[in-house]
Order: sequence, then C-alpha cells, then structure tokens
Amino acid sequence: MEATTYNYKVVRQFAIMTLVWGIVGMLVGVLIAAQLIWPALNFELPWLTYGRLRPLHTNAVIFGFGGTAMFTVIYYVVQRTCHVRLFAEKLAAVTFWGWQLIIVLAAVTFILGISTSKEYAELEWPIDLLIAVVWVSFAIVFFGTVIKRKTPHIYVANWFFGAYILTIAVLHIVNSAELPIAFFGGSWLKSYSVYAGVHDAMVQWWYGHNAVGFFLTTAFLGMMYYFIPKQAGRPIYSYRLSIVHFWALNFTYMWAGPHHLQYSALPDWTQSLGMVFSLILLAPSWGGMMNGIMTLSGAWHKLRTDPILKFLVTALSFYGMSTFEGPMMSVKTVNALSHFTEWTIGHVHSGALGWVAMISIGSLYYLIPRLFGREEMYSMKLVTTHFWVATIGVVLYIAAMWIAGVAQGLMWRASNPDGTLQYGFAQVLNAMYPFYTIRLLGGLMFFAGMLIMAYNVWKTISVGKAVDNAPIPAPAHAHA
Amino acid sequence: MEINDLIGTVVTVVFFITFLGIVWWAYGSSRKARFEEDGKIPFEENDDLPSSNLNGEK
Repeated sequence: MEATTYNYKVVRQFAIMTLVWGIVGMLVGVLIAAQLIWPALNFELPWLTYGRLRPLHTNAVIFGFGGTAMFTVIYYVVQRTCHVRLFAEKLAAVTFWGWQLIIVLAAVTFILGISTSKEYAELEWPIDLLIAVVWVSFAIVFFGTVIKRKTPHIYVANWFFGAYILTIAVLHIVNSAELPIAFFGGSWLKSYSVYAGVHDAMVQWWYGHNAVGFFLTTAFLGMMYYFIPKQAGRPIYSYRLSIVHFWALNFTYMWAGPHHLQYSALPDWTQSLGMVFSLILLAPSWGGMMNGIMTLSGAWHKLRTDPILKFLVTALSFYGMSTFEGPMMSVKTVNALSHFTEWTIGHVHSGALGWVAMISIGSLYYLIPRLFGREEMYSMKLVTTHFWVATIGVVLYIAAMWIAGVAQGLMWRASNPDGTLQYGFAQVLNAMYPFYTIRLLGGLMFFAGMLIMAYNVWKTISVGKAVDNAPIPAPAHAHA
Repeated sequence: MEINDLIGTVVTVVFFITFLGIVWWAYGSSRKARFEEDGKIPFEENDDLPSSNLNGEK
C-alpha cells in the first residue's frame, strides 16, 4: 500500500543530534582557543593537548554538526519536494545510527592520538570503511526517493544534494586509499596513504578543497534553495539562474584544490591552474548569493521582524564575503602573505560560522516547530537574541583573525638591511595574544548562542508533540 | 606527453561547449514558463504548520 505520510522520525532524530554535535564541537573549539592563550589548559594530559583536540573540533563541527544538519534537511526536503515517503526507511535508520557511531568513534580515537594526520581526513581506516558504508546507504535512500518521486521535475535543491552525496563519496574513497601497517606486522590502528610525496599532497587538497566546495557549500546551497523561498513565502528569484549556478559550480570547484599548495613542490602550472579556477568561482558563487538575496525583493519588510529570515539572509551575506575572500587569497601574491597565518583561520570561520552554521540554525528554527507540531519556537524573542549574539560573535572572531593574520604575515616577512629576519617566531606570537583573546570572546558568544538555542528547542519540544502524520498530497497537479 | 596535452585540450573544449549548452537550455525562451512553474514546487503542498493543516486538508 502506498504511504500517505512523510517520515519525520529520522528527520527529528538528526535535528536533535545536529544541536548536540554543534554544542560539543563548538565547546572544544572554545577550549582550544583558550589553550592558545593559556597553554596550561591542557592540564598536562596527553588526551587534552591541542594537537589531539584540534582535529576533534574540526571533525565534530564539520561532520558532526554540518553533516548531521545535512542529513536532517535532505531527508526532510527530498520527501516534501518529491511528494513521496522516504525510500528504504530502514536504511535511513542505519544512516542515523551509523553516522552517530562514526562521530563517537572519531572523538574517542582523536583523544587517544589515533590519526592519519591528513587534514579533515584524520580518521583511521576502520572508520573510513564505516563512513563509506553509511554514505552509500545515504545515496541509496536519497536517490531511491528521487527516483520514486511524484513530481515531474526534480527541484533544484535536490540537484545540489545529489551532487553533494555523489562527490563526497568519490572524494572520500579516493583520498582514503590507505595501507594499514597491520599487513606488514604493525598496528591495526595505523595506516599510510597509498600516494607518495607531492601526489599525496595534491590528492589530499583535491579532497580538502572539495570538502569545502561540496560538503560546506553545495550541500548548504541546497538548503538555501529550499528554506529561503519557504521562509520568505515566495519562489526563488530566478529558477533558471539556479540551474546555471549549479552547473557552473560543478564545472569549476573540482579544479580549485591546488591553491592550497601555492609555492610548494607542486608544478608551477598546477598552482596557477588552481588560482585561475578559484578566481572563476567568484562568478557562480555570487550569482547564487544574489539569487538567494533577490528572492526577498518585495518582501524586505519581513527581514525586520522575522529572526529566522535574518539568520538565512545573514548567512548568505557571509557566504558572499567568504567567496570573495577565498579567490583573493588564492592569488599567489596574496597567498604569499596569508598562508600559514591566522587570516586563513578567519576566512574559514567566516564561512563555517557565518555561512554554514547560520544557514543551518535558521533552517532548524524553521523545522523544529514543524517536526513537533507547534506554530513557532517557544520564544521568538530568544531566536532574535541568538541571532544578535551569534552575529556579533562571528564579526569579533573574523575581524580579530584578519588583523592578527595580516600582522603575522607582515612580521614574518620583515627583514633587516642585512637580510636577517626582523622578528623571531616568539616575538610574532607575543603580538597575537590580544587578538587571540578577542577571538575567544567571539567564539564564546557564538557558543552561548547555541546554548540559548538548545534551551529554546528544549522548551518547544516539551510543549509540543512529535508529528508523524504529515500528509503527502495526492498527485493532482497538471504540470506542463 | 603530447597525447595528454591533446586530451586536456579536447576535454576543456568539450566541457566548455557543454556548459554553454546548459546556459542556452536554461535561458531558452520556450522553456521560460516551464522553469517558472518548477520554481514553485516547494509551494505545491500545504505548509506543515499545525494551523495550515487545519485550514486546508486536501
């Protein structure tokens, strides 16, 4: 018999865990930001040293918070835009429990010091295999649902989601090709990449930048293409632009990775190629941003009163900022100044907090009442408070890191007339403390915003009731 | 090496032409109305807020 309701259970589970992992990941971020100012905060315990907690922070916020947010949104949007219940629901449950297990295993192994040391791909091979299994299951659930859809056209958000799922599968499998040293009589928990030298670096940053491009961008653009129109109450400004946006991003992102390896052993032409494609990326990125923002034309007044729309539109502004900054930083001469400095950290957080976190938070505020049978969140005032605390937090964070990074880059390259360096490493570090403190304050504010959200969600759920009867509309539309 | 250069050139040209084709397809005037309809897919069903379900049960 044909199902008549949508599966909201798995959406709810992921929604709650998004919040949990967001809080955990950001707490670890706050702790390591404090460790940079007060190193004693590692309490002389190997498990709490910066080197082990840093990958825990990045993995918890990217894959724990961001990844779980994407599962939430994709399972919700794909059902509601395809007008069918989720395909292979048991497999969807497997993706939920599997993904949670992966994040817990990540936390445990990083704290124990088990790591491949490849950035954003630090997880060791047994967990990599588990990720591959969960991800393939995710693909089956998603594409299965799209295939059995009742709408004649696949809505653009699903195109972005599909590209995300497909690309991450390819990236993860290729970059995680590794040899466990157990095969040679060593530990079962250590492996080495099958690639060597500069090839390894290139594969790693092809993976690394596309993790940014497809995990943190394409996926969340799909989120934008559903929740901004819905919250603004009007269709996307230009559906045709969204199609060009989608394909332009896909054609260019894949080639931008080498900009992470400027002035390295990578062949010079490859470095230039990475730079050129990064510059080209500005066009589709801003096209997409304008498409989202222009959706509000004629409805700008809503921005004044609706804190959810504030989150979504501010996210887009940060997206525009970081996609302008990124291409600029990929220019070799700029990169010569910015690489290895705090500027990079500022850039990443303008994207991660300003864009990814804000759009996810806005979408969650849209979803939570609908998943728990309420008209709106327990307190819309607290949503507004969250918005301002988070926005000021991000601005403090990125402004501090910009100033710190540029100062750091200039001090590192300053030389005396005889060619010796003007500043020692410790002198430069000493100049960083005021900015590290402002950054910690900004991070704390963003984290406090998440706690406000957790309280608000808790109160909403406690007066609400889980919705399991959201009706699937009868296939009645005559669509030319 | 030469064959690699050739493959690189051909792939770049083919991808670029494909992309131009997509732009032409997206902006062709005969498909204008169709894409405007597609943009309305998120609004084809009732909102799932409790109040909207009460008002307009399909």
